[in-house]
Parts: sequence; C-alpha cells; structure tokens
Amino acid sequence: MKVLVPVKRVVDYNVKVRVKADQSGVDLANVKMSMNPFDEIAVEAAVKLKEKGVASEVVIVSIGPSQAQDTIRTALAMGGDRGILVKSDAPVEPLAVAKLLQAICDEEKPGLVITGKQAIDSDANQTGQMLAALMGWGQATFAHSLEIADGSAKVAREIDGGLQTVSVKLPAVITTDLRLNQPRYASLPNIMKAKKKPIAEKTPAELGVDVAPRFKVLKVSEPAKRTAGVKVKTVAELVDRLVEAGALK
Amino acid sequence: MTAPKPSLVIAEHDNKALNEATAKTVTAALAVCTPVHVLVAGADCAAVADAAAKIAGVEKVLLADSPLYAKQLAEPMEALILSVAAGYDAILAPATSGGKNILPRVAAKLDVPQVSEIIAVVAPDTFERPIYAGNAVETVQAPAGKRVITVRTTAFKTAAGGGNAAVEKIAAAADPGLSGFVEESLSKSARPELTSAKIVISGGRGLGSPENFHLLDKIADRLGAAVGASRAAVDAGYVPNDFQVGQTGKAVAPDLYLAIGISGAIQHLAGMKDSRVIAAINKDAEAPIFQVADFGLVEDLFKAIPELNDELEKRGLGQKA
Repeated sequence: MKVLVPVKRVVDYNVKVRVKADQSGVDLANVKMSMNPFDEIAVEAAVKLKEKGVASEVVIVSIGPSQAQDTIRTALAMGGDRGILVKSDAPVEPLAVAKLLQAICDEEKPGLVITGKQAIDSDANQTGQMLAALMGWGQATFAHSLEIADGSAKVAREIDGGLQTVSVKLPAVITTDLRLNQPRYASLPNIMKAKKKPIAEKTPAELGVDVAPRFKVLKVSEPAKRTAGVKVKTVAELVDRLVEAGALK
Repeated sequence: MTAPKPSLVIAEHDNKALNEATAKTVTAALAVCTPVHVLVAGADCAAVADAAAKIAGVEKVLLADSPLYAKQLAEPMEALILSVAAGYDAILAPATSGGKNILPRVAAKLDVPQVSEIIAVVAPDTFERPIYAGNAVETVQAPAGKRVITVRTTAFKTAAGGGNAAVEKIAAAADPGLSGFVEESLSKSARPELTSAKIVISGGRGLGSPENFHLLDKIADRLGAAVGASRAAVDAGYVPNDFQVGQTGKAVAPDLYLAIGISGAIQHLAGMKDSRVIAAINKDAEAPIFQVADFGLVEDLFKAIPELNDELEKRGLGQKA
C-alpha cells in the first residue's frame, strides 16, 4: 500500500511571530522555517507503517515555494521514499491545497493519506477533511493511535470528551494529533541518503487547479494584550485579591 | 438579487442534552444572517431538538433522528448537511472536535472556502480569527455566496432562552458507508465541562506526576471548578488529552483561571487568555504565565496547594457554588 503524506513548510514553532506595522501580515523575513509539527507526526506514522510492512512506499508532498524542497528532504531523511513539490510562491488556501492533493491522489492512487490535523501558521484544521470529502473517502481526524488491517483503518481519535475509536474503509485520510507518536530525528547517514531521493516538481496549472485566493485578508493585527498584574506574597493575599476581584465567592 | 436565505447551525449534543456551544454558535449566526435554523442530527434525540427550539432567535429546528447519526460521524453528517444546504446562505458549527471534523467536508463539497474558529463577526461576510497560535488575529472577508464557518464558542455569549421554534423532522440522507463507530472512552467526571466552567484550575508539568495532579481535585471540588492541563502535562501522561487547554486543545474563558505549575507557553496562553481573571502559582518568577496573570504568586506549588485549600476552607469560599 502506498501512503501519501502532505507536509507544509511553516514558521518554526519556537519563533515568536511579529505582526507587520502596516498590518499586512506577519513578518516572515529571515525567520526560521520548519516542517509543520503535526506533519512531522504524520511522516513518522507513515514511516512506522512501512517498517511494519503495512506500507510499501511513502510519498511526501508539499505545496509551496522552492524552499519547501528542504521540508520534503527532511521528511525523506526520516524515511520517506520520494517527494513531490507543487510549486507556488504565493500562499495557497486550504481548499485549493485539498484540490491539488486530490489531483495528486488521482495520479498516485495511494491507499492512505496521513497529514497533520492543522498547520501552526493558519491554524485552519481543514485540509485533510476537505481532501477526504473531495475524494469521496472516509476520514479519521485527530488520530491518537492507529491500526491498519483488512482494508480498513481503526483509529482512536482525540475528541473533546476523551477518545473515540472509528473504523474507516481504505483509502482514507488520517489527520494526526500530538500524542500519535514522537517523530524521530533523522540520522546523518539518512540525511545524506535523502539527498539522492527523487523529488518531482509540478505546478498547480499542470494539475488543473486554480489556486487564486478566495479570501481577502483585510488586516492582520496584534491580539488584544493582557497586561501583567501584580505579584502577591502569600496564598492568603492571593485569596484576598481574588475575592476583591469577584472571582471567588 | 435572490432573496436572502437563513443560516444553519449544526447542533452539538450527546443525544440527551444540548451542548451550550450550540447557543453560542447561534449568537454568531445571528450576526451573519437571519433567521437562524438549527440542525439536530442524532439518535433518539427529540429532547435535544426541543432544547434547541428554546434558544431565542432560532426560527426552526431541523431534526434528523436516525441511528446513522448516533455518533455524528463526519461522512454521514456531510451527506445530511449537503441534503439541506441549498436552502441556506451560511452554515455554522461550533469549533469543537465535532464541528472541526464535519464542517470542512461540507465546505469542500460546496466549493466554499471555510472560515475556521472565528472570534468576532465584523460584518456578515467579514470575520476575525486567531492565527499563529493566537499570536496574530486575521480579519478576513469571505467571497460572495454561501459562507461556511466554525465558531470559537468562548468568544461569543450564550444566546438567551425563551424561544419557541418549530421542530421539523427531516429524512436521513443515504449512508455513505465509509466509516463506522467502534468504541468510546470518555472521561467521567462530576465536575463541570472545561469549556463552560465558571472556574478552571489547570496544572502543568510542575505537578510532576499523575498522582500529584490529584492534589488539584480538592480545590476543584470545593470551587465547583473544571480541571485543565497544559500540553506538557498531557504529553507527560499526567492526565488524558481532553484536559488540554491551548491553541491545539480547548479554548476556555472562565471567570477565574487558576494556573498551577504552568510556565505559560504561547500555545497554552492562546487557549486561556480570554479568561476574566487569571491567577498563577509558579516557583519560577520569570515564567511567562506571570506576564498575563492578574495575580501571581511565586511559590512552590506543593506548599501553596494545601495552603490554598486551607485558606478557602477557613473562609468558607466556594462551597456555595
């Protein structure tokens, strides 16, 4: 079974992003970029399936500028077999990403797609579900653990009340939550090997998808700031203050 | 110009009770387009439909009562919502794990870009939503036509009661046959739910073990508070995943948020900084949590927790809640 893993190049999770003074967006100049952490978990899950002999090939896809090649290489160093880069210099909205991935799935015919539940830049939490719907497939979002057997995936999902286990027919889309696994670090030999793995390049036009933005971003602003309050010295004083503030009765 | 159509809110419920997230989503829907209809899909859930009919501002409740919707799996829910979508200018769901799971499928099939987790309705087609783990707020204008929206419910007030909407039964849609429910393990707790609790007491890695996490129980029970956790505490296995407060967990906005042994990583702050009053106890005076806390106490939590419990008991606080 072929497993397709879409990954996104995003601002590194350790970077404290700053809103531009003209409110046109966040400042991405000279900022460290990395693979979306949820997608790293997806890569790890796919590679584990290959190690178990469940997956035969792990194909990494990214949609982004040429630097997204680095993100694909990282995933190849973790154990992916080959990459596909769909080149777009402008950001692509989730629905268009889902359509691009649909076109790739039509070509590649994977048995399973695993991707992160959301990207830590746009925080949309849409792409996996949209892809599943466009393909007419089932989905298991927010995966906590997964098992593949007899043409279906049994997935425990992190839901608001706890865990829910569903069974979905393959092919399907699985999106990863934090607890699914701990992504491995790529070893130096594997990083070297990944340099020789093939990455095909495509364009949205070749895939027949219009990626023009449908949303108009009017502005990007700083969130309302909370100011630091006061430090109290004792538990008793803390309780006094909370009663005064009407927070304890 | 075609006549404006109503908006449809997808109800969140467990077949027995309507979740408060629904009435909050109705508040957002009323600002997007009116009248508002609510879709209750479930199994033996007539009581939920009756509860939804009482939300002020709701004109009609659609009830799809079928075993197919017992667990509101995404695939059959998509088919059901699409079967009625033509009658609506906007479709909204709370940004709960349920709404997030279902609504993007509907948006994709309608070829509508979804606006996720709105925190404000600026105009009927313009919304504010947090991005970059809450480090920035994006104001976006949706394209003309149908809007598909998930709502961060802590940002909206609960719509009032006292309504008297009609309940109309609708037929189940065909089962796509792609998915099935296997089992569920839900946290059982007598305490209020995290997202609707008036007081939340959250613990972090500072608590050090699953056993120590129970130190918070006494205070939580006394105050009628929900117990939450930072991602670090969940990742360390101290508590289950559904305790997690933060950008990738639950967003909460209680009257009082008590952060104990939580350093205050940005992604945690994103999930709780809309709380009315924040108090923090941490032994590290430099912890970022103190930058957002109204009241901060630099103290070892193993000393502070029993003291806090004694102090509350001494003053008889919380027992009336």
